[in-house]
Amino acid sequence: MVMQLIRKMGLFLILGLNSFAAIAQEAKWNLPEPVTPVARDIFQIHNQFMLVIFVMFIVVLAIMIYSIFKHRKSRGYQAATFTGPTTRSQIAWTLVPFAILLYIDFILMGIPAVHSIQLMEDTKQGAEMVVKVTGSQWRWQYEYMDGEAEGIKFVSNLTTPQEQIYNQEEKGENYLLEVDNHFVVPVDKKVRILITANDVIHTWWVPAFGSARDAIPGFLRETWIEVEKPGTYRGQCKELCGKGHGFMPIVVDALPEEEFKAWVVAKKGEMEAATAGADKEWTKEELITHGKGVYEKNCAVCHQANGQGMPPAFPPLTGSAIVAGPNFDADGKLMVDSHLDRVWNGKNIMPGWKGTLNDVDIAAVVTYERNALGNSVGDMLQPAQVKALR
Amino acid sequence: MSYASTAGHDEHHDHPTGILRWLTTTNHKDIGTMYLIFSLIMFMVGGLMILAVRVELFQPGMQLMQPDFYNQLIGVHALVMIFAALMPAATGFANWMLPLQLGAPDMALPRLNNWGFWLLPPAAILLTLPFTLALFGIGDGAIATGWTFYAPLSVQGGIGVDFAIFAVHILGISSVMGSINVIVTIFNMRAPGMTLMKMPMFAWGWLITAFLLIATIPVLAGAVTMLLTDRHFGTHFFNAAGGGDPILFQHLFWFFGHPEVYILLLPVWGFMPQILQTFARKPMYGYKAQVYSFWGIGILSVVVWAHHFFTVGMPVPALIYFMFSTMAISVPLAVLFFCWIATMWRGSMTFETPMLFAVGWIILFGIGGLTGLVLADVAADAQYHHTYFVVAHFHYTLFAGGIMGIMAGVYYWLPKMTGHMYNENLGKLHFWLTAISFNLTFIPQFFLGLAGMPRRIPDYALQFADFNAVSTVAALVLGLSQLLFIYNIVSCARGGKKATDRVWEGSDGLEWTLPSPPPYHSFTEQPVIK
Repeated sequence: MVMQLIRKMGLFLILGLNSFAAIAQEAKWNLPEPVTPVARDIFQIHNQFMLVIFVMFIVVLAIMIYSIFKHRKSRGYQAATFTGPTTRSQIAWTLVPFAILLYIDFILMGIPAVHSIQLMEDTKQGAEMVVKVTGSQWRWQYEYMDGEAEGIKFVSNLTTPQEQIYNQEEKGENYLLEVDNHFVVPVDKKVRILITANDVIHTWWVPAFGSARDAIPGFLRETWIEVEKPGTYRGQCKELCGKGHGFMPIVVDALPEEEFKAWVVAKKGEMEAATAGADKEWTKEELITHGKGVYEKNCAVCHQANGQGMPPAFPPLTGSAIVAGPNFDADGKLMVDSHLDRVWNGKNIMPGWKGTLNDVDIAAVVTYERNALGNSVGDMLQPAQVKALR
Repeated sequence: MSYASTAGHDEHHDHPTGILRWLTTTNHKDIGTMYLIFSLIMFMVGGLMILAVRVELFQPGMQLMQPDFYNQLIGVHALVMIFAALMPAATGFANWMLPLQLGAPDMALPRLNNWGFWLLPPAAILLTLPFTLALFGIGDGAIATGWTFYAPLSVQGGIGVDFAIFAVHILGISSVMGSINVIVTIFNMRAPGMTLMKMPMFAWGWLITAFLLIATIPVLAGAVTMLLTDRHFGTHFFNAAGGGDPILFQHLFWFFGHPEVYILLLPVWGFMPQILQTFARKPMYGYKAQVYSFWGIGILSVVVWAHHFFTVGMPVPALIYFMFSTMAISVPLAVLFFCWIATMWRGSMTFETPMLFAVGWIILFGIGGLTGLVLADVAADAQYHHTYFVVAHFHYTLFAGGIMGIMAGVYYWLPKMTGHMYNENLGKLHFWLTAISFNLTFIPQFFLGLAGMPRRIPDYALQFADFNAVSTVAALVLGLSQLLFIYNIVSCARGGKKATDRVWEGSDGLEWTLPSPPPYHSFTEQPVIK
């Protein structure tokens, strides 16, 4: 009877392990396929550790189930009276499980864990590129600090339309995991990532990279990635950062060296064109058209697409006294608490945009807010005026 | 002992009746009952909040609510469940059972006891009032930072944060008063002959809990007060621009927050071996080992806090220290599991509802413990942290390990408290529905976490849809099954088969020597322990 039960348990254990190994392969049931050295390390540790705790669980469960079926009053089992180990050999046997546990904790799992911590925290050695990532409510900004890409700087916004989120439209394939400007890195190069935040704490995380690091306002933290396989990888902010927490994804394109170089050239050209735009005279219609796009991407999440806001936290722009007031005083200086001042410097929960939007975007969005959303102030702001503030 | 004289003694008292009786009572049983009822009500309130969240997460897209309201629900759910459901339940048992188990007439400090309880309803109102105020256009709702109050998000937040801070202050004062009462009772009111090492396990669990509360609640109170002054009086404790550090808040919070886990669990670990020995009809295994493990866990629990935020970026030695100290907790915890199972082993077991809950509790809490071991691994934690993997893990420890443990205690002692037997079939049905739907709710969440779904997001990418749908349906079943629990408790309080003094065949301990229900002043004559 006992032997039969033990054999059954063994069979169950083998079946369990097999199915565990099988589901470990399937992405949906496990961590995604790792593409960096750190992620590979974590993946291995995770699979091994899961197997270990699975075995521990099954063994203990088997003992319990055996006892539950065997040591029942309904089967006439007489209760023993022992309250602890008494003989020397009993004491020794009692210590065995704890020896096994100590071995698992500090040797079997402990040693690989220390190695992977050292790997994870080795951000500087052999780093070929440095990128600064800044989290803000609720978007990521990427800034290339050195090498050929130095000076490239852009904001990465969610592009999933509100209509999809509020179920008025069919949801797209990369629903909530799509942005306008992808973060682009070359493959097989160690990229050191410096992380900070503008407002509250965020966490930059791409599951396939295995690296998650908090973005802390006022402090610089770091991590690193070395993507081994070209492709597009998606992640999300994973520290609660306010109402847009679920809506600030991370999309990374890992490109082969040549393609990355081509991207750098193209991106730099794009940025030059944008700067050039600041010097040109814009018509009001051009500014409003451009401003609508900027508004919907950056402002609508709080102030709403129709400008009604969500009072009291997020005031309406429609009919706002600040929007209706002048931006510059008689001497041509930016007035405190004016519309542009609020957009430029921010106040309280409203972020300042001077670091994240370019001159054309700011001029356009201010002009848009003054002449749309039910407002008709009538004037406009030229990008050159914004540029003069810098 | 003569019980007739005890009953006679009761009649000398001139008790107020109606609401005044409950407002002014200093009787440990009355207060214990109020704690337990309060806890049950708040369990339902917190449960309703999270069911609304689960329904929102049933499908991708925003259906029921705005993200801001979603954030308020998840934060208040946690605060309510931890501070207003689990902790008062444990205190309720302490009030009811400690005097009975120690052979005392009442708790040592009855007026403090009354005050400790009556602080709770105002605190619960403070926690939930901002929801109502927002309906009238005052403020923008309850705290929306999650229960952890992380600065600077909480500095930025609205009026709800202030309400939550004051609620935490009041709840903290209540807990500290309860703890003082427990410690004084245990040290001074034990029956003659009951040395500390002969004391029931439940008293040991609560003694360690009480010390942990007194050690850590002031730190939390300090942290949230610093937050309050950052918000309103221009200090910069958590603002880097003023020389502060947002991470300081996390250190302070989790210095309280980690021991809090054990504060919630130790009372359960205390009475669980008593339930096991009752239904195994066999004495508890390894009493001393369990007591020393309690001490070990109590001490370790205050030196491992930083494992809650490995991803903020720490020096390598700190990471390694916090990883290994966290893993070290598995040793005393394994001792406890060993003793619990050894108590069952070669017993003569029957499976009434308390025993079903106890056995289910060992298994499910075991899953919580084992996944906790994996989470201690710093590198792997980078993946698990702040995903649904963590959500599933701590619900295995706090729902299975905490609330299902409390349920075992309720079924175990309900006949003693009310003098009636509850409906056994309904109890068993409640157990099976709870255990099955609990697993179906949270097992998918382990996979969601591994697949990369962050926690606290109001909407999610399409690949997470299937698991979320399963989890939501199961959560609704889990929520509905608790109505059986309430029904069973209420009908048991109102009547039913008369319970004997011993209630259970294998019961052992002083509380079972008194009639069911026990007299108003539990032991008017101290029993003597050999």
